Amino acid sequence: MPDVVVIGGGFHGMSSALHLARRGLKVVLLEAQYCGRHASGVNAGGVRTSGRDIAEIPLALASREMWHRLPELVGDDCGFVPSGQLKVSETEAEFEALRERVRLLHSLGFMHEELIDARQVRELVPAIAPHVTGAIWVRDDGHALPFRAVTAFRLAAERAGAVVHEETPVERIAHRAGYWDVQCAGGRSFSATHLVNAAGAWAGEFAAQAGDPVPVETGGLMLMITHRAPPFVNPVLGATGRALSFKQFANGTVLIGGGLRCPASLSQRHGEVDMPKLAASARTVTDLFPHLQPLGINRAWAGVEAFMPDNIPVIGPSRASPNLVHAFGFSAHGFELGPIGGRIVADLITEGRTNLPIAAFAVDRFSRHSPRREESGLLQPKEKELQ
Amino acid sequence: MSDETNAPVDRFDIAIIGAGPAGMAAAITATGLGASVVVLDEQRAVGGQIYRAVTTAPARRLDMLGPDYAAGKLLAERFGSCGALHVGDAAVWQVVPDGTVHYLRGGKTATLKADRVIVCSGAMERPFPIPGWTLPGVLTAGAAQILLKSADVVPAEPVVLAGCGPLLYLLGWQYVRAGVPIRALVDTTSMDNYKRAIPHLGGALAGWRYLQKGLALMRVLKRAGVPFFTGAEALAAEGDAAGDAVQALNFKVGGKAHRIETSTLLLHHGVVPNTQFTWSLRAAHRWDDMQLCWQPETDIWGALSIPVVSLAGDGMGIGGAVASALQGELAALGALHSLGRITEAERDTRAAPARAALRSNLRIRPFLDALYRPKKANRVPADDVIVCRCEEVTAGAIREFVKLGCHGPNQAKAFGRCGMGPCQGRLCGLTVTEVIADARGVAPAEVGYYRIRPPIKPVSLGELAGHIANA
Repeated sequence: MPDVVVIGGGFHGMSSALHLARRGLKVVLLEAQYCGRHASGVNAGGVRTSGRDIAEIPLALASREMWHRLPELVGDDCGFVPSGQLKVSETEAEFEALRERVRLLHSLGFMHEELIDARQVRELVPAIAPHVTGAIWVRDDGHALPFRAVTAFRLAAERAGAVVHEETPVERIAHRAGYWDVQCAGGRSFSATHLVNAAGAWAGEFAAQAGDPVPVETGGLMLMITHRAPPFVNPVLGATGRALSFKQFANGTVLIGGGLRCPASLSQRHGEVDMPKLAASARTVTDLFPHLQPLGINRAWAGVEAFMPDNIPVIGPSRASPNLVHAFGFSAHGFELGPIGGRIVADLITEGRTNLPIAAFAVDRFSRHSPRREESGLLQPKEKELQ
Repeated sequence: MSDETNAPVDRFDIAIIGAGPAGMAAAITATGLGASVVVLDEQRAVGGQIYRAVTTAPARRLDMLGPDYAAGKLLAERFGSCGALHVGDAAVWQVVPDGTVHYLRGGKTATLKADRVIVCSGAMERPFPIPGWTLPGVLTAGAAQILLKSADVVPAEPVVLAGCGPLLYLLGWQYVRAGVPIRALVDTTSMDNYKRAIPHLGGALAGWRYLQKGLALMRVLKRAGVPFFTGAEALAAEGDAAGDAVQALNFKVGGKAHRIETSTLLLHHGVVPNTQFTWSLRAAHRWDDMQLCWQPETDIWGALSIPVVSLAGDGMGIGGAVASALQGELAALGALHSLGRITEAERDTRAAPARAALRSNLRIRPFLDALYRPKKANRVPADDVIVCRCEEVTAGAIREFVKLGCHGPNQAKAFGRCGMGPCQGRLCGLTVTEVIADARGVAPAEVGYYRIRPPIKPVSLGELAGHIANA
């Protein structure tokens, strides 16, 4: 019998399996379709500490340390390119908002975000439109290849002894007589002492079954990619006043996103691309880089993701059931947190605690009165803020 | 036929995608019963691939291309006077299952809405992945025929035709009539194919007629002195020293090696349904083991497993131009009934002759499918052959992905960019399905296909940005 069953073959489930297996636990991971099928495998691949909720910053910075030495951790760089991330302002008012954000972070001791002026932006990205007024620059951020990352973590986890079952959708979980009983479609079942709920958009159902109801929402997250263009931008680029995040890969293709949500269905496991909504992204891109107007769009797609009302994830132990750890609801910015997320889950299972601050991510924060978020007055990330 | 560039396209009873035989016939039937119909097509003139440029072809070209092509002229004329709005030069890049159709025309995106959509997107050539198939100078027979039909463009140097299937022999026949020198016709059909096909012939008179027609084409080729090789295996296109162009075709017949020099190699081994739209609509598909391709699941009126959208023509499964037109008629009748324009009884009465003609017309298919079944070696290539041309992914690389846990084409994209280039899997999708199925030792149905997403046709960032203003 395994020590731990992990539900979900996304990045966080895989990272959890890896860290747990490295600590000598017997791990079985159950994936409904194939690993990295949804948000984990088809996201924009942003490795971003920039623009995060204050509560996420310590985790994001710790995770970024791991991103910079992934070959040591999993034997593959997962396509990580430390290109930096640039969040540009298009008006003076936007630039003031960025200045305020950086001032606040610096006052809290977080120095990773740097305010730069319009001239410095043009030095970094000479092709950018002249109306840009400035930016926040995070030089150690970058981007990676999501599916490659999931696969590298999977192969490393399997080398460490974890067993992965794909096309094994979990239907019911129940804790009885000291064990978790996990019932899958087709009559298969698994038992283990510990359970990890890393089921992404499908995690709300398992949290509810465990007695931890959470207001998790399902959404599709749209991206599109272009044909190849000559190199014109190195950093990952985001806007301030409107939804945009994009990057150019080494092969010349340009990936365009920015937290654009579309309808998604849990039962059909599908997000439906809303092309007219993507037109707004195309407009933003061509406003910032008019020379890209003739560039062809090769493909658009949508990953299915779990969103929390406060846009920060659930990470932590169940309040209602023993030996259950939740890690889901990353609200379109969980990719960068993948390496550290698995370590935190493993800490909680093997030691019952972690040295990273996770109180803000408690599963029961929506059901009890929590003054933190109303009173903190901190600049919250907008929905569009993305990898 | 009205074809106003700035015609305000808005709401229609029926939108038809594709102005080939299926689309034209569907439009004729639907307008005949009072429906408002718009027909969108990528080409300026009607005809589809099979009747490409038929309305403008001079008499000399009609004669050269033969009576089957000329027959399209009559259908095109009936379509021209049926009252449907024909919008040419229109690339449809998304069909939504609520009847919304997004298309691109003259650098601008536009949108129209219809109560029913009939997709008549036709067929495309089956990928023919042999060593060297990506060399300049190697084309498909279909591409060569497009040049011949639309502009009388023919190769100046002697060509080699290789593969199998009616289109290959037809092109050879048309080339002979156009005076194009053919250095050889290298036929991959073996005697085993004939043995397997003959039992399917049954008593079908149409079948014998078809066989005779095929033999007549071959006779013309042989009389013209075209060297003929049958049962060819181990085909490989050979490049010049720089790898810049094809210079010969190598192959074996009965163990004996042959090498024929040519600067133009035309490959063909059949056509398959163009399923980009139906996959993008997430309609159900099944793998057809006779035609070795995906076919969308439809009811007898061509209606898909999703709302609003129906199908007609070769996009349902290969049946040819005559069958396509009949399917177009049936799809239109089905659509008109679902719109409440005709009663069930009227639909069935009107459909009866078309249905009978379709049944008789399709009786020959099992014979043709068995006779021209493309060889496995030409569908599931050796490790060093490129499968995905856009991203230069070989069959061997795909087999490596399978070892790493890749179950199907959609994952192959993530494992190594296979199918992610500008063609969006059109040129490799079937090969990738079959290579993975073969490597896993399972049926293609279990392996599946790429997940196809809009835009189905290339749209630029500037054009999509303009879509906000147009929407």
